[in-house]
Amino acid sequence: MTTSNLATADAIYRHVIPAGDPWTYEIKCGQTLRIVDVEGNQAADTLFYDAHDPANRYSASDTIQRQAALYLSTGTTLISNLGDELLTIVADTCGRHDTLGGACSRESNTMRYSLDKEYMHACRDSFICGVHAWRPDLGKRDITCNINFFMNVPVTPDGRLTFADGVSAPGYYVELRAERDVVCVISNCPQLNNPCNAYNPTPIEVLIWDL
Amino acid sequence: MDAVINNSPAAALFTKTLTHSGLWSGVISRGKTLRLTALEAGANVGVLLYNADVPSERYNLPDTLKGQHIFYLRHPYCLHSDMGRVLASITADTVGWHDTVCGASDAKGVTAKYGEKNYQTARNDYHRNARDSFLIELTKWGLGPRDLVPNLNFFSKVVSDDAGRLTFAPGNSKAGDYIELRFEMDTLVVLNTCQHPLDPDPQYRPRNVRLEVFRALPPAADDVCRRSRPENERAFFNTETYVALRTP
Repeated sequence: MTTSNLATADAIYRHVIPAGDPWTYEIKCGQTLRIVDVEGNQAADTLFYDAHDPANRYSASDTIQRQAALYLSTGTTLISNLGDELLTIVADTCGRHDTLGGACSRESNTMRYSLDKEYMHACRDSFICGVHAWRPDLGKRDITCNINFFMNVPVTPDGRLTFADGVSAPGYYVELRAERDVVCVISNCPQLNNPCNAYNPTPIEVLIWDL
Repeated sequence: MDAVINNSPAAALFTKTLTHSGLWSGVISRGKTLRLTALEAGANVGVLLYNADVPSERYNLPDTLKGQHIFYLRHPYCLHSDMGRVLASITADTVGWHDTVCGASDAKGVTAKYGEKNYQTARNDYHRNARDSFLIELTKWGLGPRDLVPNLNFFSKVVSDDAGRLTFAPGNSKAGDYIELRFEMDTLVVLNTCQHPLDPDPQYRPRNVRLEVFRALPPAADDVCRRSRPENERAFFNTETYVALRTP
């Protein structure tokens, strides 16, 4: 766990993402993005793209391979599908963030929970709106295996994947320094079918510092 | 370990042996089975799968793992797309553990681990890497970097400790081991035999792998892959609905 010494009063940007909404914003090289779990155990489904080349984007497998470890925390560098460094985690009061759980979609909800859950709002629909807010030529093809900040998805040594109680709490945050100009797209997860959000999705706050 | 061995059908529709970090791509339709056989111990086959008609639908690591509560793949699990459907089922498997989280090697990593060996000095023994191999084949189908997603690494095993640190498990497969994928949708298969990116072996030595395609029997109502989890039953329902609507 690493705390930050950045003062909220110095942030150049501050925004609350309501539960279930997307957010799209460009973070310049050298700027710091803080994502705050305002009420605790809310999933911030997050994608990053090279701002100048959307084909170059956060890759879960390249990030996992580079650090030979599954979870993200302070010191992790997020790696793109083309092997470039996108951002580095410089502070983290939660201690563990998921790389494997991906996003919910209306289609995967039918597979995971029940065929009649198809109508429910899901992250992929938010992500589609989120990438369109940046560039209308992007779409589902560009929505790959995202980060779930504040989610705890432990893997056991015998290879089981479990969805455990959260390790986050109200006010916990993660901070990332951009290593190049990146576009961040967050879907503040609307999932009501599993206990990750205690069946009550809540807001996420984002802040940016110009350093 | 679940060792499941199928009796091979009489004749393969297609047979090919990949040597020299071989790479291959092709469309295999619903109702056919691809068998991958490791001809030497320690093989790795990196694989990406796409809906052949609508390739924005592709193999999806999170849905495959979440849907089956598992961190690796083996018989009788299924390979899920991002649309709540099954692209392929693992109908036979003599290995029991296949990685899907570590991705593909790249040129920088291959040079750092094995040294520089280019075409000018080594001719066709030059060092290939998995990312470039995927891109070379993807391009032939109108796809590219936007379609590079976390891939399967058949025959390779990586374990996680409680802190999430990963260790490559040597000796996971032996010569003659095989895995069979029965396709439930018409699928573009893109693969290569580059070594696993976390394989600590300092020697560059991609193993030879044989590909064979057979006709498969349609999955019955009590098919072991379909019935392996309620999530898979629903994914099969979604797949069969898609096929029924699409088939003329």
